Amino acid sequence: MSEVTVVRQEPRPRPKYLDVFELGMRLPLPGFLSILHRVSGAGLFLLLPFLLFLLDRSLTSPGAFDSFREIVANPLARLLLLGLLWAYLHHFCAGIRFLLIDVHIGVGLPEARKSTIVVFAVSLALTLIFGVALW
Amino acid sequence: MVDRIVVGAHYGLKDWIIQRATAIYMVLFSVVFVFCLLGLPEFNFSNWVELFSKASVRFFGFLFILALCYHAWIGVRDIWMDYVKPVGVRFALHLFTFLLLAGYVGWAVRILWRL
Repeated sequence: MSEVTVVRQEPRPRPKYLDVFELGMRLPLPGFLSILHRVSGAGLFLLLPFLLFLLDRSLTSPGAFDSFREIVANPLARLLLLGLLWAYLHHFCAGIRFLLIDVHIGVGLPEARKSTIVVFAVSLALTLIFGVALW
Repeated sequence: MVDRIVVGAHYGLKDWIIQRATAIYMVLFSVVFVFCLLGLPEFNFSNWVELFSKASVRFFGFLFILALCYHAWIGVRDIWMDYVKPVGVRFALHLFTFLLLAGYVGWAVRILWRL
């Protein structure tokens, strides 16, 4: 009969939770784009009733159309709409980028970084163009 | 690329596809609609109402609202699933979101067809 020896093992070191942000790591640019995609989507969802309200006003009657014009002439409402315009355009451009990544276009890190910059550049430029045109 | 075999009821896959299909439709509609707006001689009530009196604008516009609400449902539901852990609270938020979006669809019908 062989002798059974019980080897008492040292408790294995458990994985330690590292807070990457506490370590001083910053969110990479594609990550920043991604979280803004969520933030812009949430913002659009929250303000959807305001947009539907404006559409309703604009189509109801000539008088209601004038009240719609008054609302959108209000500086605070304008700022809000400008924010929504950016949210729509960012969500739009970042969404197209995600769709392309879904079909394996631009998956590599250098391309993903480049496309992130393109998304920011295009969405901000379009916000500026539409914003100025509509102001 | 890993070939995965999707099993079960594949609710996740269905939603994943619908989220993308609605996104593509909204991109196309947005671009066409911007050109429709640029085609207006002037932005006033009569031109604006005339644009929305076209059956095609109403039909594709309503489809846009429908796509938007379905897309928003999936996106907002994902947000609740990521950040809200207690099942009861999460379920209440899901229900609230769903009913809200269903209400918006009804509102859009009223706006577009003046019921």
